[in-house]
Amino acid sequence: MERNVTHIALFAALVAVLGLVPRIDLAGGVPITAQSLGIMLCGTVLGAKRGALAVLLFLALVAAGLPLLSGGRGGLGVFTSPSVGFLVGFPVAAFVAGWMMERTSLAPGLAATAAAVIGGIGVLYVFGIPGMSVMLDKTLPEAAQIAIAFLPGDIVKAGIAGAVTATLARMRPGALLSRA
Amino acid sequence: MLTLTSPIETWAHRVRPGIKLVALAVWTLGIFWLHTPLTMAIAFAALLGLVATGGGVFLARSITSLRPLWPFVVLVGLWHLWINDAPGGVVILLRLVTAVMAANFVTMTTRLSDMVAVIERLARPLARVGLSPKVLALSMALVIRFVPVMSERLDQITEAWTARARRKPRWRVLVPATLAALDDADHVAEALRARGGVR
Repeated sequence: MERNVTHIALFAALVAVLGLVPRIDLAGGVPITAQSLGIMLCGTVLGAKRGALAVLLFLALVAAGLPLLSGGRGGLGVFTSPSVGFLVGFPVAAFVAGWMMERTSLAPGLAATAAAVIGGIGVLYVFGIPGMSVMLDKTLPEAAQIAIAFLPGDIVKAGIAGAVTATLARMRPGALLSRA
Repeated sequence: MLTLTSPIETWAHRVRPGIKLVALAVWTLGIFWLHTPLTMAIAFAALLGLVATGGGVFLARSITSLRPLWPFVVLVGLWHLWINDAPGGVVILLRLVTAVMAANFVTMTTRLSDMVAVIERLARPLARVGLSPKVLALSMALVIRFVPVMSERLDQITEAWTARARRKPRWRVLVPATLAALDDADHVAEALRARGGVR
């Protein structure tokens, strides 16, 4: 029980820290915030249930008024902004990524990359695009065009999530709770 | 850690959070029924008037908190100029700004502790499936405590890297950062258990 609570809380904090100021230059010096990478890691490292709960805890604190979303955003306003669909999709994305990680016997790196692509990109966009479509009064294909702009960055992040998960699995096999 | 609550006391700080949240929900759903630039502009003006009752500084902060919306404003603006539907674009942009500003108003006038209390009350039915309100409260406190700790740790890892290498660490800081989070989780779990555990 205690370990579950602390893992969920500490990963919620990790997601928050990864969104604070774009200090991690991910690719080619372009500062991409690593927040959605944190969501992917919640799933691939903690597994479905704990990963989703960590993300929900993070969102609860954002809703409560802490500026923990990337770019120092927070409060209830982000839930009425066009990004609302992505926020709703965050816990589902972590859950699906974790669920896939738990169900496959593939090597951790490959499994985590696939889980991050399907959960952290596929599932996330399934929620995010209708969200933008409603808030901006655009058709789904039009909203999808806007979302496509984030796709290259997100693919890079999925690859990194896979690499980080694989390194963790190699350095400390017991640490990968999604495989425990 | 800074919260988004405004330090400037307004009358709205004294309204119960539950009432503000219900009003916000009604308002947000309501503005989706407005379809002409005129009605939307009236709604926006009314909200602006409401926010202005907090004073000039409060109003200014409320407007600067809309800054993250600019990419959407540019995108939708250009789009509607392109398809020659300026009135439609005006309605969408006003609705966007009105929805976010109203929600920010509730956040700015409600203390973090009050909002956390609302979340705990909403989560009370979850006690039946095993999530006690005490555990939720402890988890939220842990996150609030550990965000600055982990932020500092991430800085240390980055500094240690740049002291040894010429290249920037980029994503490589993520492995030690994640390991540190896992270690911290184990240590805190032990400490909690030593003090009687979580029930």
